[in-house]
Amino acid sequence: MSALPFLLPLGGGLILGLGALWLLYSLGRIAGISGIAWGALAGPDRDWRWLFLAGLLGGGAVTHWLFKMPLPAESTASLGLLISSGLLVGFGTRFGGGCTSGHGVCGMGRRSPRSVIATLIFMMSGMLTVYVVRHLLGGGA
Amino acid sequence: MKTWSAIFAGMLFGLGLTLSGMSDPLKVLGFLDVSGEWIPALALVMGGALIVSLATTPWVLKHTAPRFASQFYVPTIRAIDKRLAIGAMLFGIGWGLSGYCPGPALVSLLYGYESTMIFCLAMFAGMLMEAALKRSKIA
Repeated sequence: MSALPFLLPLGGGLILGLGALWLLYSLGRIAGISGIAWGALAGPDRDWRWLFLAGLLGGGAVTHWLFKMPLPAESTASLGLLISSGLLVGFGTRFGGGCTSGHGVCGMGRRSPRSVIATLIFMMSGMLTVYVVRHLLGGGA
Repeated sequence: MKTWSAIFAGMLFGLGLTLSGMSDPLKVLGFLDVSGEWIPALALVMGGALIVSLATTPWVLKHTAPRFASQFYVPTIRAIDKRLAIGAMLFGIGWGLSGYCPGPALVSLLYGYESTMIFCLAMFAGMLMEAALKRSKIA
């Protein structure tokens, strides 16, 4: 039982890694979610992106159903926090060319120095932000 | 096969994200909260995914073409520039404010929470702003 908090993240990581592997092997595409989400709206090649995103939600649904996993609680972030967070995530991932999946998993997997740098930066700025919001300002979600 | 490949890859990705706990923004904030009640286990999500991608990507890219498509669409940009650094920094700040990054946020739409929808709408608005900025610079 006590190993479960570690086995689930590791197992989940391995499985999503296999998803990225299959996408590259079968269609030659990078499983970077920010790029896929943007491309689904802006194109080109919208079809496979919408199918991937449908699979993404379907996979989530199957997991909760199959493993009887309870749904996570809703975020407690305020409206202002949610909007600023979303704007920054959307703008930043497009401006920097990737997110946790595109840079963190696929790019680093390709041994791209660019993705290693990006991953280090967003990890550090994420941790710093939580530190400032939670421990210096005493707020946040 | 193209259709099923895209759906199958998405399903594995969604399964992994959900099973690992990444679709819980409070847990993700706990991972980023290194000086508080840190939840270090979530580092294993990227760790596990990296084991697979580090081990298999060079082998996949040795093929002349993907199994069901005519070419690989792998980024060719190699520049480590201000754009990359600023983009990653802004993304990290946004991530730290809510605990949502793009993949988990989209999977969480499944739960029907208003907060997730607001985040995703704002995320697409941010992407549109970036596209508008890019266009205005080229024009």
